[in-house]
Amino acid sequence: MTFLAKPKLHHPELHKNSLGYTRRDYEGAISTLCAGCGHDSISAAIVRACFELELPPHRIAKLSGIGCSSKTPTYFLGASHGFNSVHGRMPSVLTGANLANKDLIYLGVSGDGDSASIGLGQFAHAMRRGVNMVYIVENNGVYGLTKGQFSATSDKGAKSKRGVVNSDEAIDLVGMALQLGATFVARSFSGDKAQLVPLIEAALKHEGAAFIDCLSPCVAFNNHEGSTKSFDYVREHNAAMNYLDVITGREEITVDYAPGSVEMVTQHDGSTLRLRKLHTDYDLHDRVSALTYMQERHAVGEIVTGLLYVDPNPRDLHGHLKTSDTPLNALQEDALVPGSSALAKINAGLR
Amino acid sequence: MLQQIDRVAQGGANGNTSLQRVNDFVVKFANVNGSGSASANALFAKAVLRMGIAATPRNIFPSNIQGLPTWYEVRISDAGHLAARGGGPDLMIAMNPQTWDQDVKSIEPGGYLFYDNTKPMPPEKFRNDITVIGVPLTEITNKAYTDSRQRQLFKNIVGLGALSALIEMDPAVIEKLLSEQFKGRDKLIAANVQALNMGRDWVKQNLDWPIGLTLKHANTVGDRIFIDGNSAAALGAVYGGATVCAWYPITPSSSLAEAFIRYCGQMRTDKATGKKNYAIVQAEDELASIGMVIGAAWNGSRAFTATSGPGISLMQEFIGLAYFAEIPAVIFDVQRAGPSTGMPTRTQQTDITACAYASHGDTKHVLLIPEDPYECFEFGALAFDLADRLQTPIFVMLDLEIGMNDRLTKPFEWDDARRLDRGKVMTAEDLESGKLFGRYLDVDNDGIAYRTLPGTHPTKGAFFTRGTSKNSMARYSEEGADYQENMERLLKKHHTARFLVPPAIERKADAPTKLGAIYYGSTSPAIAEADALLAEQGIHLDLLRVRGFPFGPEVEAFIEAHDHVFVVEQNRDGQLRSLLINELEINPKKLGKVVHYDGTPISARFIAGAIAANIEKAAQ
Repeated sequence: MTFLAKPKLHHPELHKNSLGYTRRDYEGAISTLCAGCGHDSISAAIVRACFELELPPHRIAKLSGIGCSSKTPTYFLGASHGFNSVHGRMPSVLTGANLANKDLIYLGVSGDGDSASIGLGQFAHAMRRGVNMVYIVENNGVYGLTKGQFSATSDKGAKSKRGVVNSDEAIDLVGMALQLGATFVARSFSGDKAQLVPLIEAALKHEGAAFIDCLSPCVAFNNHEGSTKSFDYVREHNAAMNYLDVITGREEITVDYAPGSVEMVTQHDGSTLRLRKLHTDYDLHDRVSALTYMQERHAVGEIVTGLLYVDPNPRDLHGHLKTSDTPLNALQEDALVPGSSALAKINAGLR
Repeated sequence: MLQQIDRVAQGGANGNTSLQRVNDFVVKFANVNGSGSASANALFAKAVLRMGIAATPRNIFPSNIQGLPTWYEVRISDAGHLAARGGGPDLMIAMNPQTWDQDVKSIEPGGYLFYDNTKPMPPEKFRNDITVIGVPLTEITNKAYTDSRQRQLFKNIVGLGALSALIEMDPAVIEKLLSEQFKGRDKLIAANVQALNMGRDWVKQNLDWPIGLTLKHANTVGDRIFIDGNSAAALGAVYGGATVCAWYPITPSSSLAEAFIRYCGQMRTDKATGKKNYAIVQAEDELASIGMVIGAAWNGSRAFTATSGPGISLMQEFIGLAYFAEIPAVIFDVQRAGPSTGMPTRTQQTDITACAYASHGDTKHVLLIPEDPYECFEFGALAFDLADRLQTPIFVMLDLEIGMNDRLTKPFEWDDARRLDRGKVMTAEDLESGKLFGRYLDVDNDGIAYRTLPGTHPTKGAFFTRGTSKNSMARYSEEGADYQENMERLLKKHHTARFLVPPAIERKADAPTKLGAIYYGSTSPAIAEADALLAEQGIHLDLLRVRGFPFGPEVEAFIEAHDHVFVVEQNRDGQLRSLLINELEINPKKLGKVVHYDGTPISARFIAGAIAANIEKAAQ
């Protein structure tokens, strides 16, 4: 249905951000996903986050792999370049794109099949390299486009729509991201916009590897009784740790919450995250205790959501590689080609 | 007691039947991997070159780090032949007891055997048609050094000294090389020269010297340089403006990426800030390395990977994506034999088909096939221009023979007026001026469409990159007509490439002939020599060296102009021959298959023998 162009007519009084863009300017083509798909809510959250952060849409590059989730970049940020790469390999393509131009924002969208099954290796290595990106897994625990097979994030004991019980242990991408050195790790739920939108904003402002595992129920194949990724199940078991407000400098920062219930985190780019904490004893700067906490809550059947770990001053891949300040794709002959006299010297050394 | 050159009793190897050659023989060093012999061996080859005599060394080694046998074979040829000669060596430096029997057996009749006779071998371990030279290297070095590491390293230099006296290698040349190698470390230079002289003096005092194989200063080297193809290709990538290299270690290509690291460290790093005008990532596998290359190239960087056959297999899906999404990518394939443990240290030309038609769906790729380090540099740089111009993967097809061996080659050249050809990229100004942008629109009728880079313009020129499901405006489409239109355009683009790849080079025979031979890559020096051998037998061949795929019109014309054409290559199935038959619709009977694929480099003797036998058979 994507050949139906979305009308470009805007309501004349639609609110504009400081760049002169309305929220509609951050939208893409009409979604071809099933009505009620969690993924569409995530697309809407991305649109809202980019609009509210006042990001120039063309300075964002959106990349994906293959699957329902990977189709979504068509449905947001229509003025951005997008890349539907091959199944499970978005992380390497994104890494390469990021190496070429450090000045763009890289948004990787993937699914649980794309990242936890076929692409687990690339997911892991992109995290451990510290690629400056926002990596969102739209996690529904099921293969949608191929009609309902389990994915690697399906919980052990979960029941498929056809009644098959999954006997394999689930892969926890949040736990892996924490272990592998991601510097921003969050989990959220497509049905909780109040939590998700600021998380995406905070991740976009984060200058390192930011990972968001977003539970996103599949209405067609994984929204039934016995599923642990259905809307009902996730709502019932969602244990939200915190809610965020992202403050980019224009707003005045005021704190009027009870002591211990709010934490301010200033990220390297100057943005401030105001965390409204629902569990005041949780330390989101401690990787080890975050991991332990996740596992403890998981054991009692809770799905912990919120910002789970953040390093406000991360070092990214370009920092490790000491690349030039000018993006590599903007370097010209003078910076790249050593010329004939250098070559003459090399020749002389080879005789 | 003082030793004489041991001559094996039964009279075979006396002065009359021993080989007598000046500047034209093969020396082979049989070593134990990891014994530190490599630098002494390289010093030997370089010293021959410094005497002005062409020398071509080859590392013959197993897939191993330490302990297994390795060989270093140096062909010395006043006539300038650079190919493997074929047959056994004229002088065997047998330093490895493990391979003794096979090493002794391989020596050419009348040849020479040099060994460490600190513990003498029993007479039955020799042959009666060779000259045996025993030098007690261990005894000499153990007397002079106490440290075990020194003993091992200097034993190689003492051996080189002894050898230099036996074949009249100019000691001043070796000393100069040592002083260059250890520049500024005078003590080390002195110690090496001392070890060298220890070997020389011992030979002079104890043996009849020189032997029948000797060196004399000559002038066949000229201004040529001495470098391996992998380093040359890496240097080509530097000059070609590559900024992103993503790779996964695999023999025999690893040294290409490592050379790029080295050259970039020297030439692409800001001395003051340490900031780098490049990014090199050792990926987790070949899938990731080609993925990074594609991502970087999509975003406007010149990017490449270096790999070998197994890596090419793993990259198939991505290569297809780059072909259909039309993303520039440069892939250096240093060919070797087989998957898994499959002879990674042996040379072959076995990826021609795999690269020409890489990936699923209807695909055809552009190949560049260099013959030596000079062309590795040239094509290494050219590949990036072609990738950007054609917006497609470009394969540079090396093999272990040219990739990992030092080779005498023309000095590299660069024209400072040359500019990087970035191909058809629409800028923000182009878009602003209202130029029509359709990512897959064939506006110039050459099959090549314009692209835009991410981040170019706030409202114009953005598009979505995907596989084949799209129309010419890059909108999602599964319409059959859109698919076909796109596929036909890709074919047109491939046709355009025929005129952009380096054309094949023809060399006419001295006498008119209706026989031809087509060859490529590392087969080159062996063909030149074989051609001379065949001419002596009255067989004249016109030669055509293919340097790229798709084949230019000159390839078709060459085959057309000859009654029979041999296709000489280093694989079992005659892969280039199949490609010629398939792409140019040549009658298979017209193309003779001459293939050498045992993992050793093809030799002139083999080619001449195979072609002569073929012609003889046809005449019967």
